[in-house]
Amino acid sequence: MANVYSEQLSDQKLGPKDETISFLLNYSKALSVINCERLQLESILN
Amino acid sequence: MEQLQDSQLVRNYIAGNEQALEALIYRHKQRVYSFIYSKVLDRDVTEDIFQDTFIKVIRTLKRGRYNEEGKFLPWVMRISHNLVIDHFRRNTRMPKFEERDDFSIFSVLGDSSLNAERKMIKAQVEEDVKELINELPSDQRDVLVMRIYKDMSFKEIAEQTDVSINTALGRMRYALINLRKLVEKHNIILTE
Repeated sequence: MANVYSEQLSDQKLGPKDETISFLLNYSKALSVINCERLQLESILN
Repeated sequence: MEQLQDSQLVRNYIAGNEQALEALIYRHKQRVYSFIYSKVLDRDVTEDIFQDTFIKVIRTLKRGRYNEEGKFLPWVMRISHNLVIDHFRRNTRMPKFEERDDFSIFSVLGDSSLNAERKMIKAQVEEDVKELINELPSDQRDVLVMRIYKDMSFKEIAEQTDVSINTALGRMRYALINLRKLVEKHNIILTE
């Protein structure tokens, strides 16, 4: 039987790193939008 | 939280419930990530675009600019699709080269300036050569200095030293032969 030379696809599902998710959740918590008359101001709280 | 529909989670998030965002990201992360990866085929770039996609999602939702008429996932996919296009546009202007076993960008883009070590070696070699030249007979030394350091033609050297061009050429030839002998005699390595 012929050998299969193609790369085996990993069983592991593709997904973002935990750090990326954590960054996004922290970014969301830190971001606040302030409505100032017609302007929308963004601020990031550390 | 897991049972709620996307539209409800979005409303909860806009109302200030941060856990709703977490649920939305966990629910759709694999679809969005796989979609981006299928286009760019690079884990690091995928990670960046995934992050930028959700930063845009977060900012749009927090600014209250999300249009509820559309569905959440198709909207997120459209954002990531646009960011993938931006990525390819940017890369067309500034191609990215990766280091591989068979190709290194630094083999093409060399830094021609000498580093500190090479500068020291070069200075040492030049100093050694000057000392060797001083050991040459004066007539040969003069021709060599005029030719190599003053960049004079053999015609000019011949006129300056009041000899024929052939004599000047001969002195140069012997200067080089004798220099080689001196290098061997002193066992000096003249390489950078």
